[in-house]
Amino acid sequence: MAAIFSFCSDPASLEGIEWLSCYLTTGKHLGIYWSIGTVLLLLAITAPVALFFGFAGASAARSRILPIAWFGKGYTAIVRGVPDIAFFLFFVIALDQFFEWIRHEVKCPDWDMPIRQGNDFVVCPEAKLPLGTAPQWVHETYGFSLAVLTFAIVFGAFAANVLSGAMRAVPHAQLETAEAYGMTQRQTFWRVLVPQMWVYALPGLSNLWMVLIKATPLLFLLGVEDIVYWARELGATKTAKFTEYPHGDWRMWYFLALLVFYLGFTKVSEVVLDKIMSRLTRGQATAAGEAQRKAAA
Amino acid sequence: MTCWDILSDYGLRSLGIGERLLPRDNFTICQQVVLIGSGMIWNIYFGLLALVSGFFLAVATAVGKAHHNPMFRKPAEWFIFVFRGSPLFIQFFFAYFTFQSLKGAYPIFTPLTSAWLGALIVLFLNTAAYSAEIFYGALMSIPKGDIEAADAYGMSGWKRFRRITLPTMLRLAWPAYTNEAIFLFHATTLVFMSGFPARSQMGDALYYASYFADKTFNPFIPYPILAGFFILLTLTVIGTFGLINKQLNRHLPQTNRAKIRLRLNLIR
Repeated sequence: MAAIFSFCSDPASLEGIEWLSCYLTTGKHLGIYWSIGTVLLLLAITAPVALFFGFAGASAARSRILPIAWFGKGYTAIVRGVPDIAFFLFFVIALDQFFEWIRHEVKCPDWDMPIRQGNDFVVCPEAKLPLGTAPQWVHETYGFSLAVLTFAIVFGAFAANVLSGAMRAVPHAQLETAEAYGMTQRQTFWRVLVPQMWVYALPGLSNLWMVLIKATPLLFLLGVEDIVYWARELGATKTAKFTEYPHGDWRMWYFLALLVFYLGFTKVSEVVLDKIMSRLTRGQATAAGEAQRKAAA
Repeated sequence: MTCWDILSDYGLRSLGIGERLLPRDNFTICQQVVLIGSGMIWNIYFGLLALVSGFFLAVATAVGKAHHNPMFRKPAEWFIFVFRGSPLFIQFFFAYFTFQSLKGAYPIFTPLTSAWLGALIVLFLNTAAYSAEIFYGALMSIPKGDIEAADAYGMSGWKRFRRITLPTMLRLAWPAYTNEAIFLFHATTLVFMSGFPARSQMGDALYYASYFADKTFNPFIPYPILAGFFILLTLTVIGTFGLINKQLNRHLPQTNRAKIRLRLNLIR
């Protein structure tokens, strides 16, 4: 592995800050920096998808068609009462088996053995996901996508909770007025309800964002090589036999670094979300908007 | 083997009492229900002890955060920020490895590396921080008139706190605190997933549920069982806290009472 700094060629002779800068830029450490990228990628994909799921769930719960309403209500209620972590562990296996089962039905219609044989889940080799012959990166990407989908489903249920509350918070008179003007159900929903609900949804959604940040280390439990994985790997005792940078058990310090990383991340998010919120409340007929107006005057 | 035999063999397995080996094949529903239920002992143990002990630290921290003297306020603010601003999962890992280093230096810290004490301490501090924020919010929204009335009656200091401030604070905070208690019980499932070892396979409910899911490749049986147990536990918490809520509000006219509304379930 080529070192980043030229003076890193002989680690044994280094001391202090030079040693540390060489140590922190070894090839293995690039793994943990990449995994921070993984966390950000997870957030970047999960947040919009979960918001979409949540919106779909909340709208479904308001549907006039009963089965759809039941589905929506069931989805919003699913995350209450049961630890979320159980959902994470459940969905990753369940989704995997679901996809393989669908592919199995499509690709191997002649297969006559049952899929569940005692303690095994058997599908035909062509239906395996990813295929047994696929390269390593396909396996990793598939694992990551499953994790993202799982996060999106669970957080979509949270978001559905928030959004259905926000939809109920829009003054009813607004909807009645819209109907009095002759708008159809659909028009009332899209032109009156949806544009107004966001102000009510924002506090809940920003709370959800904070929670989502704090849930990202759970990726580790879903089998993704994330920051927790790397912190454990890199922090473990290294003897001189296997590395040019031997050290004792430093896992404590690695997790302290992660702790500080997350504290910083939440702090920055807090500041940004406060800015957005005060921007959005400007001119709104709410208590916060009134307070802003008075402060300016 | 009947279900009764399984119950006597595995009912207290999570505490190390009964059959030593976990079932290895031909898993029955009864085995899964009994073992996952046995694991619930740990969830209840962690949740209950952390909740009760955390309550007192939370009240102290909330009062500290509301104090005008920065010597009390700053530490309380930092304590709340650190524990609410970082993932519980990372807190568990950090605590576990810190305790391990301590154990290496001073053997007296050995018990801290096992879940029953080490994880309990983390949960205690964590729930104290979350509850302190709730109590602080309630402390800030105590009606001004209540305090003024207490002053008018000549109450001050400790007496005013004990008779007026504390009961009103608890009354206002109780619905939110109920939710916190529920989340705390849910958070206990993280203990054995995060470094703390389950010695000789003595784990909590989620530990056994994932054991069965791994062995049978069938998540559709153990996880719903786990969900069932937790819904029961959640209902018990809601019931108990509802009774206390009634007690806290007993002097108020019926219509003014704060109802407990179950809110969003949050991870930490």
